Amino acid sequence: MKLRYFAWVRERVGKTEEEIDPPAGIATVGELVAWLTKRGEGYAYAFENPKVIRAAIDHNHVRADARIDGAHEIAFFPPMTGG
Amino acid sequence: MTTTIRLQREAFDVAAETALLTRGRTDIGAVVTFTGLCRADENGDPIAALTLEHYPDMAEAEIARHVEEARTRWPLLGVTVIHRYGRIAPGEVIVLVVTASSHREAAFAAASFLMDYLKTRAPFWKQVEKVSGNTLVDKIWVDAKAADDAAAERWSEPPSRREAAK
Repeated sequence: MKLRYFAWVRERVGKTEEEIDPPAGIATVGELVAWLTKRGEGYAYAFENPKVIRAAIDHNHVRADARIDGAHEIAFFPPMTGG
Repeated sequence: MTTTIRLQREAFDVAAETALLTRGRTDIGAVVTFTGLCRADENGDPIAALTLEHYPDMAEAEIARHVEEARTRWPLLGVTVIHRYGRIAPGEVIVLVVTASSHREAAFAAASFLMDYLKTRAPFWKQVEKVSGNTLVDKIWVDAKAADDAAAERWSEPPSRREAAK
């Protein structure tokens, strides 16, 4: 699946997008975040406060307990500040 | 209903967009326009400009979902939403919401609803260039405001409670 990062999450992770293949057992967005956090300093910094991180699966807002099976694109970003 | 949703780098002309929505129509009795502008300050500190980052596919889909939601709540005859991205200088336009209906109540309410949701649900992020005189001091991501969340939250009360509160 493809991961995309925006705003300060993108800056901290250090990339705009990447393809990943999470291990079996990673079932939800929250578990994916916990797994990503262990991938390096940038990830740990980006996801240091998971409560503020927003996520979307295939362009729909989701909560941390959303299941990721079947997802094509998962995005992580800070609370939105448009308008 | 006529719906226009555009995400664009360039500025827009409010009068032209309004005219486009109402041209040739004799059923529209009310048009409300909201225009968001870039200020020269953020939390009291002077800024040179802001830069809007966005998630293109999702932004378009999310705005379309909220326009659809507005259409089910109010008898709308037309909606235009334009949101800019990229670098925007103080005084320039950022966002436009135009709502048209037979009567003003629906147009006012739908414009307010759409703006509240754009602020909190549409995937855009503002970064400001803080300056001291002409010198760039820092680039800072704007924090989301609790007041914006509260403004959006008021629309999620069930209609029965909304009616009872009047």
